[in-house]
Amino acid sequence: MVRILAFLLLVCCTGGVLSNTSVAADTPADYGQDLAASATQRATLEQIRDLADPAFRDVLQALKEGALYSWPQGLLIFTDDGVFVDLAGTPLLDAAGEAIFPEEGLEQVPLEEDNIPLVQRALDVIELFAADPNARRSTALRLGNMQDASLIAVLQKARAAEQDAAVRNVLIEAVNKLQLFAPDAETRRHAVIYFGDKRSEAALSRLRDMRQDETDAGVRAAVVEAIETIENFLLVRNSVGYLFNGVSLSSILLIMSLGLAITFGLMGIINMAHGEMLMIGSYTAYVLQEFFADYLPGYLDYYFILALPLSILTAGCVGLLMERGILRFLYGRPLESLLITWGIGMVLQQGARLFFGDQTSVSPPTWFRGGWEVMPGLIFPYSRLFIIALSILSLVMVYLLLYRSNVGLRIRSVTQNRDMAACIGIATHKVDALTFALGTALAGLAGCALSLIGTVDPEVGKTYIVDSFMVVVLGGVGKLFGTVLASFGVGMSNKLLEPLIGGTAAAVYAKVSILVLVIIFLQLRPTGLFPAKERTAAGTLR
Amino acid sequence: MKHTSAWKEALLPGALLAAILVIALPLLNATGYVSDYYLNLFGKYLSLAVLAMGMSLIWGFSGILSLGQAIFFGIGAYCVGMYLMLESSGKGVYGEAIPDFMVWNQVTELPLYWKPFHSLPFAFIAALLVPVVVAVIIGFLTFRRRVGGTYFAILTQAMAFAAWLMFNRNEMNLGGTNGLTDFKTLLGYSLSEPSTQRGLYLCTAFLLVVSFFICRWLVGSKMGLVLTAVRDQEQRLRFLGYPVASYKIFIFAVAAALGGLAGALYVPQVGIITPSQIGVLPSLEIVVWVATGGRNSLIGAIIGAVGINAARSVLTASFPEWWPVILGGLFVAVVLFFPDGVVGIPGQCRRGVRRLRARLAGAPTRRPEPMPRPSEQPAPTVSRSDG
Repeated sequence: MVRILAFLLLVCCTGGVLSNTSVAADTPADYGQDLAASATQRATLEQIRDLADPAFRDVLQALKEGALYSWPQGLLIFTDDGVFVDLAGTPLLDAAGEAIFPEEGLEQVPLEEDNIPLVQRALDVIELFAADPNARRSTALRLGNMQDASLIAVLQKARAAEQDAAVRNVLIEAVNKLQLFAPDAETRRHAVIYFGDKRSEAALSRLRDMRQDETDAGVRAAVVEAIETIENFLLVRNSVGYLFNGVSLSSILLIMSLGLAITFGLMGIINMAHGEMLMIGSYTAYVLQEFFADYLPGYLDYYFILALPLSILTAGCVGLLMERGILRFLYGRPLESLLITWGIGMVLQQGARLFFGDQTSVSPPTWFRGGWEVMPGLIFPYSRLFIIALSILSLVMVYLLLYRSNVGLRIRSVTQNRDMAACIGIATHKVDALTFALGTALAGLAGCALSLIGTVDPEVGKTYIVDSFMVVVLGGVGKLFGTVLASFGVGMSNKLLEPLIGGTAAAVYAKVSILVLVIIFLQLRPTGLFPAKERTAAGTLR
Repeated sequence: MKHTSAWKEALLPGALLAAILVIALPLLNATGYVSDYYLNLFGKYLSLAVLAMGMSLIWGFSGILSLGQAIFFGIGAYCVGMYLMLESSGKGVYGEAIPDFMVWNQVTELPLYWKPFHSLPFAFIAALLVPVVVAVIIGFLTFRRRVGGTYFAILTQAMAFAAWLMFNRNEMNLGGTNGLTDFKTLLGYSLSEPSTQRGLYLCTAFLLVVSFFICRWLVGSKMGLVLTAVRDQEQRLRFLGYPVASYKIFIFAVAAALGGLAGALYVPQVGIITPSQIGVLPSLEIVVWVATGGRNSLIGAIIGAVGINAARSVLTASFPEWWPVILGGLFVAVVLFFPDGVVGIPGQCRRGVRRLRARLAGAPTRRPEPMPRPSEQPAPTVSRSDG
């Protein structure tokens, strides 16, 4: 009896080995015995891997988790549901339809330690043919990084079968990445040339390794050339990226500092509650979004169009109230005005925290999702592009208002000489109130715009407020152009210093260096970039 | 002589201050009317009062609004904190000769600039001198270029922000966000002993009184007059040939030294110093104390610092979320209605009563409204001189 069994087993084994080389068998049951035997496990797994058939997922998973059992009648999988199924997936039932739990003859199929990665690989390969394109894509990415040339064949097969163009590109890249490890020099060289042509940094670290280790001279020459091309490209791309970040920050600073600088030039007041005016703009957008979500869910995206003017209006009204209610009693005392605006800001900020809670966020309208891919791997988000456009628009509007309108004429005349303006009949207090409201309204607009790229919280202004104060100090108060230039000076140097300094603390040191630069600059031009020409002896700054 | 009269004027409030803080409170503590806890708390307030006096010197008397005074306080506090840290080292969790936080940050050897802080006298002198040096540098870079008023306020605020950022970094080897804490002893005396804390209180009260006398003398001297002129008519003073910038740098340095002293006294009593006490908000709070107490008065600054901090201790315990609203609202109200602070209220009342009485008597008020004559332009009601 024992002999017969042993013979049978032998036949099975050889049959399995034979099937490796000849007959194409494609159900898990056909591979069962080979998988169970330690001698044939590896070869079988490799074969299953190359088949890449989803039918094998369960058995591989079970093998990996130790839920695969051998039984005299074949292999069994112990499922998560607590029943045994055979390799075809049919549950093990007795005649009455009840689940059987065999008590004897069961033996766990051992997974050889060397084969553990192979099982995982085989499971991954099955994923390459999954229905979900995202799953296919991420699997292709993962397999591409495996540094295992034996995967090339199956990836190529997947590429041939792939319908989705985006996933196919990922697959092609993965194949090329693996070909960098191919034993054949010509294949390696082609892969190297591929990455050089693509200017892709995906394989840069492998290429750098190859520059050290490569034995074939032709391949090494290709590697050196490819690395140079890629590094040059990366330099350009990163520079463009940093420049864009700088422009983006500068535009935010500009939109914030415009209001601040006009008010400062006119009244000598730095509005320390400017950050809170920003916050008011952000919360206006938030409240409006909530309103639309509750009452007009179909038009949710359009809330932002309404939020822009409304945030200007709300912040402007709050500014008007502040000026009429409090600040006008402090004329001629700029330091007290500065301090009192801080007090007001403090109350507003904590009030918002008590009312709205600590953190809320606005989800940008769907049009702002995504971005414009300028070059491979560099995307300009639409929301940031919108903010840049908005800041240019506000600059133009403010310019027109100040230099091409009657109101602007009055504002400028009061800024230049308050007493003289009063003498010729300009209601200076009215101009003050209006200008202050204009300044806060611009902050409100900035707040609304910033809600697109960050969370809305009571301290939303804090990130930019110190920088925008520096802009005002640097730009001086005479000319609009000073503010523009100073915004770009501070914004660009902030973002360009960061990569130069490098490391985790780059942002901190960049901010500190900017402060130092501003102070050094004040040694040369203590009244800012474009000081107003005055015929008084007052060389001091207010 | 001018000086002797200044001394005489200072003598009464100074003696009163000394009697209350150095004699009466410790006596009440000894007899059990004031618990050790409250004495320690009061000692903390008094160290902050030293800081407030410096603020009053520059803001109230000289018209320089610095929104970065907490930097000097922080430097003083960190200097003494470093000494305390070193004295406790070896008794920490790891038993290393360097402070525990350095062990976490994989620093194996004590950084060079930490080494002198093994000595308390050095630490104490550094707590006074480093702020002075920093203040002189800042003053040199700003006042000499006639950067003043609002610009100076904004610049110092940015400096406070930068200092806060820097002190938060672990690379500074000053404990990062957690700051310096877990002190054990001071000159061998355990800091948790009530007797040590009593001694620290006495020290603080005594140094507060001494600083008060020095400030009072400074304010009453000719220097004080010049500083008041800097506040009121800087331009005219410059035309008269006074080196305005030097005066400003000097008084700014004095205020910085007082800030450093305050920090040095604060740390052993409170037992912790973190970067959160250096930034923008703490600096502005100092302004609130001084504005509330009365910025033109040294006593006012002391009252403001002690009063607001006591109120904070009480109110943050019961309504923590309302405290910023109260602080901001109080500040707005004080600036609007009580420009001379608490100590100015009697004077304001007197003036109000006088005005009321004059109106009741039907007599013309002291300053009659100017009658605009047709030939004249109405005089501008607003003067835009420096505040």
